[in-house]
Amino acid sequence: MTDTNTQPIVKAVNIKKTFKDVIALAGVDLEIMPSEYTALLGPNGAGKTTLVEIIEGIQKPDSGEITLFGKHWSGNKDELYKQIGLSFQETKFEDKLTAAETLKMFAAFYGLNDNRVEEILNIVNLQEKRKSYVVNLSGGQRQKLALGIALLNNPKLLILDEPTTGLDPTARREIWAILHELKKNHGTSMILTTHYMEEAENLCEKIVIIDKGKVLAKGTLEQLIADSKTSEIVQFKVLDKSTFPDFSKFKNLRETQWEDSTNVVTMSVDNTSAFLPEMVSYLNNAGCKISELRCRYVTLDDLFIRMTGRKLTD
Amino acid sequence: MLKQFTQLLSIQFKEFFREPGALFWSFIFPILMSFALGMAFSDKPEMSQHAAVVIPSTDSSFLKTYLSNNCSKSSSQKNEYQKSVDYKELGKTTTHFIPTTWKESEIMMKRGQIELILTENKGKINYHFDPANFTSRLAYIIVSGMMDGKNLVSTNSVIKPLQTKGTRYIDFLVPGLLAMGIMSSCLWGISYGLIEKRSKKLLRRLVATPMKKSLFMITMFISRFVFALLETVALLTFAYFVFDVTIQGSIIAFAAVIISGSFFFMGLSILLASRTANTQVGNGFISAITMPMMLLSGIFFSYSNFPDVMIPIIKYLPLTLFADSLRSIINEGFGIMDIIQPLLILTITGLTTFFIGLKIYKWY
Ligand SMILES: Nc1ncnc2c1ncn2[C@@H]1O[C@H](COP(=O)(O)OP(=O)(O)OP(=O)(O)O)[C@@H](O)[C@H]1O
Ligand SMILES: [Mg+2]
Repeated sequence: MTDTNTQPIVKAVNIKKTFKDVIALAGVDLEIMPSEYTALLGPNGAGKTTLVEIIEGIQKPDSGEITLFGKHWSGNKDELYKQIGLSFQETKFEDKLTAAETLKMFAAFYGLNDNRVEEILNIVNLQEKRKSYVVNLSGGQRQKLALGIALLNNPKLLILDEPTTGLDPTARREIWAILHELKKNHGTSMILTTHYMEEAENLCEKIVIIDKGKVLAKGTLEQLIADSKTSEIVQFKVLDKSTFPDFSKFKNLRETQWEDSTNVVTMSVDNTSAFLPEMVSYLNNAGCKISELRCRYVTLDDLFIRMTGRKLTD
Repeated sequence: MLKQFTQLLSIQFKEFFREPGALFWSFIFPILMSFALGMAFSDKPEMSQHAAVVIPSTDSSFLKTYLSNNCSKSSSQKNEYQKSVDYKELGKTTTHFIPTTWKESEIMMKRGQIELILTENKGKINYHFDPANFTSRLAYIIVSGMMDGKNLVSTNSVIKPLQTKGTRYIDFLVPGLLAMGIMSSCLWGISYGLIEKRSKKLLRRLVATPMKKSLFMITMFISRFVFALLETVALLTFAYFVFDVTIQGSIIAFAAVIISGSFFFMGLSILLASRTANTQVGNGFISAITMPMMLLSGIFFSYSNFPDVMIPIIKYLPLTLFADSLRSIINEGFGIMDIIQPLLILTITGLTTFFIGLKIYKWY
C-alpha cells in the first residue's frame, strides 16, 4: 500500500515499431505517475499516435515492454479497458445515433446506467445537443462527445490523441477547463498528444518532446528550460547581411541562429540586461542597421527548433 | 451483460430504421418490383411489332398493294400502316408497317425501333433481320404467315390459358425476390455496415472498451435476421392480397430455407467484411458477388435459357439453391425432405464461411 503513489501507472520500456521502411518508434521509454498530466509534443509523423496506440493495447510493438497499473495487455484486456478512457485521433461515431444514445451505448459496455450519461452530458456541456444526430454535430461538439465517452467510466488514466486539433481557441479552452477540473477533483492521470505548445504548457506538468520516433527531451517546462541552459532570447532583423559583425567575443551569447530567408537573427543569451547595451553599440560601430528588436523568455518553440532544426507547426 | 445485449440490439434497430435508403431497398423495392412485373405479365397484353417496308419504285409492287388493300392507315403516325389480328385466347397482335428507304430502315434497326425490314425482289418478299434475335424471329413467323394469308392460330388447335396458381409469372417471381432481398440485405447490411464501421475507426473504438465482441456479432445477426423475416412477411402478405400467391408446401420447410439462406449470406458477409477497411473496395466486392447472381440465378427469368454448359454451375450458385428451394415450396408444394440437399449445403457453407471470417477478422 505504501508505494502505490510512487509506482508508475504506465511504464513503457524501449518501445520499437517499424512499418515497412518507416521507423515509427526507435526505442522509446515513458513513465506516467499517478495524477500526472503528460504531453507528448511532436510534429506530424513524429510517432505520437503509434506510441499512444501501443500504450492503449491497439497496436503491438515490435519489441519493448509495456505495463499499465503493473499489468501487461495480454490476458488483461477487459480489466485494463475498464480502468482507462481514451479517444483516438479520429473516430467517426454512428451518424444516425444521437449524442445521448451514443453515450448510452458506451455506458452499457461499462455496466453504467443513464445517470452517468446525464453527468457526462453536463461535464462536456452537450446537454442541448443530446437529441442531435452525430452527423449534425459540429467538429468541436464531436470532439467533446469523444471526450465524454473517454470519461464515462471515470478512468484513472486518460489517453487523448490530439483532442483539440482543428478546434477554435474558445472550444479548445473549454476542453482544457474540463481536463483541469478532472485532475483537481479525481486525481486522474493523462497522456495527451498535441502539436500545440500552448496546450502542453497549459495542461501538463510534464512534457515529452518526440520527433522521428525518438524522445528528444522530457521533464517539466522549467526543467526543459533549465536543461537548455538559457532562458532569454534576443531577436532582430538585419537590414544588410554583409555588415553583420563577428560576435564570438561575447561571453553571454550561447548561440546564434540565422534565418536566411528573412535575415532574422535569434540569439540565446544568459544575461540580457548586460548583453543588450553592449550589443547595440557593437552593431552601431560596425555600421550594421537592425530593426524589429525583441527580447523575451525562451519558449517551448525555441527549444523545439533548437532540438530538431524545425518549427513544430510546419 | 444483459444491458450490453439490449443496448447493442436497440442500436442495431435504430441504425436500420433511421436509414431511409435501407428501408426502401428492403421493404418497398421488392413490393414495387413484384407489383410492376406481376401486372405487366398478368393479363393478355397487346403484342405489337414493327417492320420497315422498302417499297420498290415499280408500279406493280406486292408490298404496296398489300399495304393499301389489307392494312389500315395508322391514326397516330401519318405514313404508317397497321394490321391487327385478335384471337380471344391469344390476345391482340398488331403489326406496324413503316414505308421508308433502305438507308432509313437500317438506322431504325440499329436503334431497335423495328424488328424486320421488308424488301421486294422479283416478286418475292425478302425479310432482313438478325436470326439470333428472338423477337425478330417471332415477328418474321407472324408477318410472313400474314402475308401468305395464313391464320395465326391453327384451326386444328385450341388454346387453353393456364391460370392456376404456381404457374403464373408472379408465382415464379415472388420466391426469387424473397431470396434476392435476403441476399442483398445481408451483404449490404452486415458486410458493408462492418466495413464502414472499420473505415470510420468506430470498430476499434468499440473494442477498446470492455464490450463483448461476441455480443456485438450476435446482436447484429439477430437484428439482421429479424429484418429478413420482416421483409419476407411484407412481400408475402402483399403477394397474397394482390396476386393471391400462397405457400402451397410446408411452412416449416419454408422457414428452414429462409433460415439456411440467411445463414449462408450472413456467413459470407462476415468473410467479406473480415479484412476490408475501405468502403469502395467493399462496395466493389459486394457488387461483384451480388450482380452476377442476380442475373444468373433465375430471379427474373428462368436460367434454362443460358447455354447448356453453364446450367450445372448456375444450379449450384447459392442464390439459385436458395431461390429454387423457395420456389418449389411455394409453387410445387415441396416438404422439408425434398429440399434437404440445398438446405444442408447452404447451412454448412454458411457456417464454414462464418467461422473462417471470424478467425481472420480484424477489429483494429
Ligand atoms: N499503419 C501504418 N502503416 C504504415 N506506416 C505507418 C502506419 N502508422 C503510422 N505510420 C508511419 O509511422 C510514422 C509515425 O506515425 P504516427 O501516426 O505515429 O505520427 P503522429 O506523431 O501521430 O503524427 P500526427 O501528428 O500527424 O498525428 C509516420 O511516418 C507514419 O507514416
Ligand atoms: Mg497522430
